[in-house]
Amino acid sequence: MKVSRMRGMFTAAAIAVLSGIGMASPASAETVLRVAMTAADIPDWTGAPDQGYEGYRFAGYTMYDALALWDLSSSDKAADIVPGLATSWEVDPADPLTWTFKLREGVTFHDGCPWNADSAIWNFERVKNSTSPQFNARHAGMQGWAVGALAGYEKVDDYTIKLKTTVPASMLPYSMAMLYMISNCGVTKLDNNYEKYAERPAGTGPYMFDKLVPHERLELVKNPNYWNPARVPKHDRLVLLPMPEASTRAAALLSGQVDFVEAPSPDTIPALKNAGMQIVTVPYPHNWDYLLRVDKGPFSDIRVRKAANMSINRQDVADMLQGVAVPAYNTLIESQPWYGSPPIYEYDTEGARKLLEEAGCLPCKVKIGISTSGSGQMQPLPMNELVKEQMDEAGFEVELVPMDWNALIAVFFQGSEASGFDGINFSMAPIDASQGVVNKWWSQMAPPNCCNWGFYKNEEVDKLALAAMAEFDTAKRDAILTEMNNKVMADAPELFIVHDLNPRALSPKLSGFVQAQSWFQDLTPIVVNR
Amino acid sequence: MWLYALRRLLLTIPILLGVTIICFALVKLAPGDPIQNLVRPETPPEEVAKLRAYYGLDQPVVIQYFVWLWRVLCGDLGRSIANNALVSEEVVRAFLNTLNIALISVVIAFVASMALGIIAATRQGGAVDKLVTAIAVFGISVPTFWLAVVLVIFFAVNLNWLPATGMGADGSHGFNYFDWNDFKFAVMPIIALALPPLGIMTRTTRSALSEVLNQDFIQTLRAKGLSEGRIIVHAVRNIMPGATAMLGLQLGYLIGGSVLVETVFTWPGTGFLLNKAILTRDIPLLQGTILVLATVFVLINLVVDLAQSMIDPRIKRI
Repeated sequence: MKVSRMRGMFTAAAIAVLSGIGMASPASAETVLRVAMTAADIPDWTGAPDQGYEGYRFAGYTMYDALALWDLSSSDKAADIVPGLATSWEVDPADPLTWTFKLREGVTFHDGCPWNADSAIWNFERVKNSTSPQFNARHAGMQGWAVGALAGYEKVDDYTIKLKTTVPASMLPYSMAMLYMISNCGVTKLDNNYEKYAERPAGTGPYMFDKLVPHERLELVKNPNYWNPARVPKHDRLVLLPMPEASTRAAALLSGQVDFVEAPSPDTIPALKNAGMQIVTVPYPHNWDYLLRVDKGPFSDIRVRKAANMSINRQDVADMLQGVAVPAYNTLIESQPWYGSPPIYEYDTEGARKLLEEAGCLPCKVKIGISTSGSGQMQPLPMNELVKEQMDEAGFEVELVPMDWNALIAVFFQGSEASGFDGINFSMAPIDASQGVVNKWWSQMAPPNCCNWGFYKNEEVDKLALAAMAEFDTAKRDAILTEMNNKVMADAPELFIVHDLNPRALSPKLSGFVQAQSWFQDLTPIVVNR
Repeated sequence: MWLYALRRLLLTIPILLGVTIICFALVKLAPGDPIQNLVRPETPPEEVAKLRAYYGLDQPVVIQYFVWLWRVLCGDLGRSIANNALVSEEVVRAFLNTLNIALISVVIAFVASMALGIIAATRQGGAVDKLVTAIAVFGISVPTFWLAVVLVIFFAVNLNWLPATGMGADGSHGFNYFDWNDFKFAVMPIIALALPPLGIMTRTTRSALSEVLNQDFIQTLRAKGLSEGRIIVHAVRNIMPGATAMLGLQLGYLIGGSVLVETVFTWPGTGFLLNKAILTRDIPLLQGTILVLATVFVLINLVVDLAQSMIDPRIKRI
């Protein structure tokens, strides 16, 4: 009797449980795209994204536009910029420090405020002028880098502005693609209270803010009146979920909780494929390599740098990652116009050992800083162990010093000289000529100014950097930058290992996604099929 | 007893001060910087310096600590460096998310461990005892993050019975523990959290009860003709002070130490928040969370101490 009563209770409980599970969300006409980000938190959604370019990807270009935008419509070529909130721009032929930007007419912010020259100037003041009422120190810190070259700005008429730069800056439009325009009248109405503004931010982008649960989810809805009809989202709602654990993201996709997963771990890809998920990959400017200290220490000798490059079996590294990476011989990817013709360092352990012998550095002790995880660092522990094994085989004695991602960022900011490392494993995003060539190799860009971590200096390269910045003809500038990159690559100032192929996993019910060769992606064409 | 409680409450102040000083010092000693975590590498040094000044991070460490402490005494935990949100709101929301599943886990673990412990202690050396011991050892030994991943693979991916992650469509806003459509998101985190305390408390209950059952007064009770059930009730009353202390400790552990489980399930509690604050060196958020957790931990211990003396009058708190 007791047994049968208990069995009955279990049955009832099981029915209750199963019926509860069966109660799927109510039928709705709304189509929802749910994205699992790798970020540990919702990136800043007020127009100054944090958390690297993932923040720009999901909380930037979704809600906001900039004067220039990235063309993310093709998988076949590296993404370049196209007109955004500005329809055209040109430099004054008589004065290379003055630019004229013509602004797009008929655009409104999500809160109904009009976009015009006053909005543009107000936004420059927001991040540039610390005495303006709308100055936002946080935004200035996060986006000030995009306007670093500006000496001034002025309104010419309602839809024309002039920008002044401190030095000739031919790549200024690329910087202008990184400064988001937020609703000036929206913030002014709130008496410049950005905390209030964060409750209902407004840009001009293809998605509009709908709601936010801090740390948990950011929900955006389609902007049906987006100024570019081709980019009006083909789904009604976009839900962005921070999910830093790769296994959790894969499980969430497999169990139907999300539809689109960033960076599934290579180990999970076969299981995802078996379950019918779409795995998309494409080359994009994301190199996984070692930045080397070249002014002092073992890597100041070019033979040691070449030996390091020859010691790596890049295909082994790519194979270990189940094919989500390809061998790299350059900071840039081949589809970028400045790739040039870098030396190809074939895997040659004996040749590498010979070079080390010639350089008088055998065994060659080097100390490399690595992170245990981090944005763009891929699978840092197993990858670094494999690289160390390969280098050690060629005659190096590599000491890997692991640290958390934030600590490695600090090492990057302080530069090689102060860090005590001979190299660091620090992924970078060479998305344009400025970030991929000039800022990386021009000696003026050594820390603390920017990104030439290893204090690389080559006078010819420096001259070419200045020439590129002063050349406003795109084809001619590309030729200068290619020559510059070729010279740099011949000096092997980095240990090139692999380029990430940016895997993403999509539910079979999604269609229309075109993965651009870029850190940024356009989610608007995605159709959520029922 | 009230005097004792007041004295313990006053003692909380230096404990909390000590905790915050150690936490602040550790974060400052660790390499890394919250501002560098925010900005792009291309940011000019002067802009980085401005942002550092904006958050008061250009001040000497001691001044930074006392500025923070003064604000706390005025009831202001500050704003998160990472997302500019009020730390007090962030911590309270996360704490409630953790508290709910921690309480449910600890109650389940307590009830189950008492039952298992009693069964095992009264059948020492038998098959049931061995099975209970195996369950307890499994609970103590199994890493929770591994268990969490296995639960996800089994119940979410393979069987598709339970959701793998998060708190549902509306997140923690409006999460209703009495609605299965919401509660199902909490089931696996609760199981993963409950297992280690279940193992620990089962072993403690079993050994404590075994010891009591071998004492002379149990023989006396048997000689007086009491049934085995009544004898066990007497024995269990004897182990309750120890079990209560263990319960309090485990609750404190679950509230403060669920980082791994919350990360695997993306459960937005204090563990998840702490992990994020440490990785981004978000000092105000880290300090605020630690302060709240330390306070709760101390208070739980105080409540347990007081409860012990109420359960067992032999334990006097004066």
